[in-house]
Amino acid sequence: MRLVRNLIGTPEGAIGLGILVLLALVALFAPVLSPGDPLRIAARPLLAPFTDPSFPLGTDRLGRDVLAGIIHGTRTSLAVGIAAALAAIAIGLCVGLTAGFAGGLVDEALMRVVDAFQIVPSFLLALAFVSVIGASVPVVVIAIALGAWADPARLTRAQVLSIRERDYVASARVIGTHPVEIALREILPNALPPVLALSAIIVAAAILTEAALSFLGLGDPNVVTWGSMIAEGRNVLRSSPSLSIFPGIALVVTVVAVYLFSEGLTKTIGRGRRIA
Amino acid sequence: MTLLEINNLSKHFRSGGRDVTALDDVSLTLDPGQTLGLAGASGSGKSTLARIVMRLLPPDGGSIRFAGEDWLALSGKDLRRRRAKIQMVFQDVLGAFNPRATVASVLDDPLRIHEIVPKSDRPRKIAELLDRVGLQANLADRSIRDVSGGQRQRIAIARAIATDPALIVLDEAVSALDVSIRGKVLELLVELQRERDIAYLFVSHDLAVLRAVSHRITVMDGGRLVETGPARQVIDNPQSTAARALVSAVPRLRIQTPQGHSYEP
Ligand SMILES: Nc1ncnc2c1ncn2[C@@H]1O[C@H](COP(=O)(O)OP(=O)(O)OP(=O)(O)O)[C@@H](O)[C@H]1O
Ligand SMILES: [Mg+2]
Repeated sequence: MRLVRNLIGTPEGAIGLGILVLLALVALFAPVLSPGDPLRIAARPLLAPFTDPSFPLGTDRLGRDVLAGIIHGTRTSLAVGIAAALAAIAIGLCVGLTAGFAGGLVDEALMRVVDAFQIVPSFLLALAFVSVIGASVPVVVIAIALGAWADPARLTRAQVLSIRERDYVASARVIGTHPVEIALREILPNALPPVLALSAIIVAAAILTEAALSFLGLGDPNVVTWGSMIAEGRNVLRSSPSLSIFPGIALVVTVVAVYLFSEGLTKTIGRGRRIA
Repeated sequence: MTLLEINNLSKHFRSGGRDVTALDDVSLTLDPGQTLGLAGASGSGKSTLARIVMRLLPPDGGSIRFAGEDWLALSGKDLRRRRAKIQMVFQDVLGAFNPRATVASVLDDPLRIHEIVPKSDRPRKIAELLDRVGLQANLADRSIRDVSGGQRQRIAIARAIATDPALIVLDEAVSALDVSIRGKVLELLVELQRERDIAYLFVSHDLAVLRAVSHRITVMDGGRLVETGPARQVIDNPQSTAARALVSAVPRLRIQTPQGHSYEP
């Protein structure tokens, strides 16, 4: 709770958190805000924006409501982004903690795997994975997580290695604390904050990757996503640029909000550290 | 009977292809209730010796006997249980505590791990420990970050005596403290030693500090012990160049009492 209060204390954190809360509400209440299937044909095709009050952002080539698409697309973008980031952080934490604590051969082996994943561009990895297995939301989530877990793994390991050498860990050993208790109570809680700050950036990257996959037609065809809307609008980019611009704006606002949030988070954690 | 007996201890570090001899054939003994001051310039190997005695670092060779037992042969649960008898106070008054700790949790840990008193009695015991090191019991609920450096070092001392140890290793334990409170903390240490018959291995580069607490002083230079003797003798009549350099680093160094708790910077 104190973290949230400090976070709001920074302008970046406050703005980022504000937008994200708004987006989360939109995602949560999408069926209320815009009932029905957003993929259904609702009106005459290519209705210009700001002309019909019941379709404020107009319709696309097939007559689908753009606003409904954006509202429901929020769901997909946030859900895929957050799920992929959670998966990446979870894998990264497990690998990083194991490598940091085990050391020796286990550490070497795990870090070579991390190297391998870091060398392959994460988007190519996601692209290959989805095109081999087939597009559906869970597959997209796994594909994005596969390309994103290496950074948190490396950071977690570095944190564990550095904290393991601190005097307070030595002090815990000196009074006879069990190694498992040292790992869980002394090292883990102090190793986590920077990794969590990284998670916001992973969410932003995951949202972008998901949009790019959808843009290339590799997203789940049964759900609306901002990426697929942009791709759809591309065909009529000259005559109706708004079809690409509105989902584009939604994407930019979301990613910027996540970045601001992470910036605020990093600052807050950094400040906590300095007091510490 | 000797409490601590170190024989032919050696330790090398290999860092960046360079071989550093941190300890070279170090032997020393320490009797119960006595203070051995370990002096030496920066990088002479004092902390390395302290960390090996604390079993935080394995030596390359040599032996350590503590209370008649082979201290280096202990491991796992046996070692953890015996650790109650050797405690340590660190130099860094901040870094030696988990930033999330409270004063109470710092003192609760040793009481819990070594089952010193039943759980229900621990708050009373914590208050007693705080009182013993000259702190108010109402400090217990504070975060360890919200107390002063001097108070923190007193808390570190309280934590060290919680398990009723026979030996406390102090690595530059007062070096980070303000000169005005240094003397008070040294006095507290001498008092605790008299009261509980604790032996100290007191590491410092400052002979003025060692003079105030040590019965004997040993001087380390480049990983070797170059001179050992009664505190007064080493300070009044240093034989080795390393000892002479340390003496001349403290301008007004005159011994007043053999273990006078008069600390004059
Ligand atoms: N983990 C390590 N890796 C490599 N070299 C080390 C390591 N720890 C200590 N050394 C080296 O061993 C030597 C002795 O270091 P040590 O810390 O014991 O000295 P010290 O007497 O405590 O010095 P100070 O008064 O500065 O604390 C130094 O040359 C140091 O650089
Ligand atoms: Mg040292």
